[in-house]
Amino acid sequence: MSTLAVRLRFARTGYGRFGLAGSLLLLALIAVGPLLAPHDPAAIVSIPLQRPSGQFPLGTDLLGRDVLSRVLWGGRSIVGLAVLATTIAYVVGAAIGLLAGYSRSVVDPLLMRAMDVLLAIPPLLFLLVLATGAGRTIPVLVLGVAIVHVPSIARIVRAATQEVSTRAYVEAAVARGERLPALLGREILPNVLGTVLADAGIRLTASILIIASVNFLGLGLQPPRADWALMISENRGGISLQPWVVAAPAFLIAFLTISVNLVADAIARSLGTSTDLKRVAR
Amino acid sequence: MTELAAPDLALADVPSRRRRHPLVGFVFRRIAAGIVTLFIVSILLFAGTNVLPGDVASAVLGRDSTPAGLAAIRKELNLNRPAPERYWNWLSGFVQGDLGSSVASQAVSGRPTPISGLIGDRIRNTAVLALCTVLLLVPLSIVFGVLSAMRAGRTADHAVTTISLGLISLPEFVTGTLLILLLAQWLGLLPGVSLIAIGDTVFTNPSILVLPVLTLLAASLAQTTRMVRAGMLEVLRSDYVEWARLCGHRERDVVFRYALRNALAPTVQVIALNVQWLVGGIIVTEYVFGYPGIGQALVQAVSARDVPYVLSVGMLIAIVYITLNVIADVLVVLLVPRLRTAQ
Repeated sequence: MSTLAVRLRFARTGYGRFGLAGSLLLLALIAVGPLLAPHDPAAIVSIPLQRPSGQFPLGTDLLGRDVLSRVLWGGRSIVGLAVLATTIAYVVGAAIGLLAGYSRSVVDPLLMRAMDVLLAIPPLLFLLVLATGAGRTIPVLVLGVAIVHVPSIARIVRAATQEVSTRAYVEAAVARGERLPALLGREILPNVLGTVLADAGIRLTASILIIASVNFLGLGLQPPRADWALMISENRGGISLQPWVVAAPAFLIAFLTISVNLVADAIARSLGTSTDLKRVAR
Repeated sequence: MTELAAPDLALADVPSRRRRHPLVGFVFRRIAAGIVTLFIVSILLFAGTNVLPGDVASAVLGRDSTPAGLAAIRKELNLNRPAPERYWNWLSGFVQGDLGSSVASQAVSGRPTPISGLIGDRIRNTAVLALCTVLLLVPLSIVFGVLSAMRAGRTADHAVTTISLGLISLPEFVTGTLLILLLAQWLGLLPGVSLIAIGDTVFTNPSILVLPVLTLLAASLAQTTRMVRAGMLEVLRSDYVEWARLCGHRERDVVFRYALRNALAPTVQVIALNVQWLVGGIIVTEYVFGYPGIGQALVQAVSARDVPYVLSVGMLIAIVYITLNVIADVLVVLLVPRLRTAQ
């Protein structure tokens, strides 16, 4: 099925259309937001926890920084890191799945048992342990979230590869004497790609949920970075004086995750697959 | 005589096969696999917290570390010993109920505090929170799921589907924060922070449970309702339900007497999965509300890089998670006879 047909079909449903519009709107806001920000997001511009006013439309935060400017800057990390983590997960998961699915030796059970063990650890616990051992840095966070996705991606790729690798064109390639990387990359990968990417949207939503949660717990990005999840956890103490400092990023995260998930759900539906978000996410 | 011999032979054959019910074998294999998994997970957790770059001692002391202080802590934690030996010491202690000592509390009080003494109340608080959530989750998801399936395509169904699709997409900390803003800040109905004074229990002031339970319910209820609805719809489309309808039974009877029971078996698996999901959800939710449970303590321990604490509490959580997994598998096979032969 061509990508275009998928795009048209999912956009025909009401949810899909709403989600697509919402996602595009937010992506635009995240992309141009920093250009529109009236203040430096890190600069202390006024007294702390001021209510919204003409000068500061969303008020100021616990340190006296402009909430509007921080909100306009704060979406980049959440979306950027989630896309990065999901991409790495697909590359690694696909490589493992292709190898395990094509190999008929001990490599297959070895790789798949390793994946089973990873699946047996609650994802959030895995990330917390990683943060304890390897520190609270961006590379650790991104790699950790990627590893959380790898086992289930590898499983799907493996199943699809096993099916494809018995086809005549693969056997022909083997007979031609093609080497393993070429065989996996040129003959098998293009033919399993559709199955594999069907739930990419749902995995992206899951990555956004996990990354935001870890940042909220203070175990990912560190202050003074402007990040929606981090803004909520930093300013929780000021919620009674200035609710907007928490409400604005909370609404934006809600809007983002709901829109992206609506698109993902509509795509998965139009392809006839459905992966369950919470099972991916936690 | 030959005609009688055959059943005799069959009878002699059957008891030897029946001596061990196939299910017993399955249960034992599943439990054994669970224990092996736990063992490997324990190695991974130990490796994740201890072997990766970043020495525990410098992590505990942070910026104000002196060479002498580092050496003292390394000695205290036996960090000079090789990793396999430390792993073995930890594991053999853990199995006997010795969870080790908290490093962070040592930095405060000057002496090592046994972790087992720190977590008793917290485990109880978390258990109360989880139990309240599950006790509400199970009946509510069945009610909403069945009603939604019965009204498939109509307004009530659309409302349930839309709301649950939205709630599923929200991270717990956003749901929790929005609930605090609405019910605690704006309407002032409930406490936004779930503090328990020293000497009190959760039940001294049960209102602190409401918002955490609502937060956990939001996503898990949405999820289970969707699955119950899907399971119910599938059963309602089956031949025997159609037959019951053609026999002239009222739709209500068809649903409650014929369809519901068969739709519930897959639901058990869905609910078990969601209870597992709660393990992660509870960690975040407790942190949002400052609820003094084991999840909040774990997050604080990670922030303080209290390695022994993270390791032992993490292992406890992994045990709960994997046990739930085993129970769910066994329950589903018990409830769906078809699966027994497939094993």
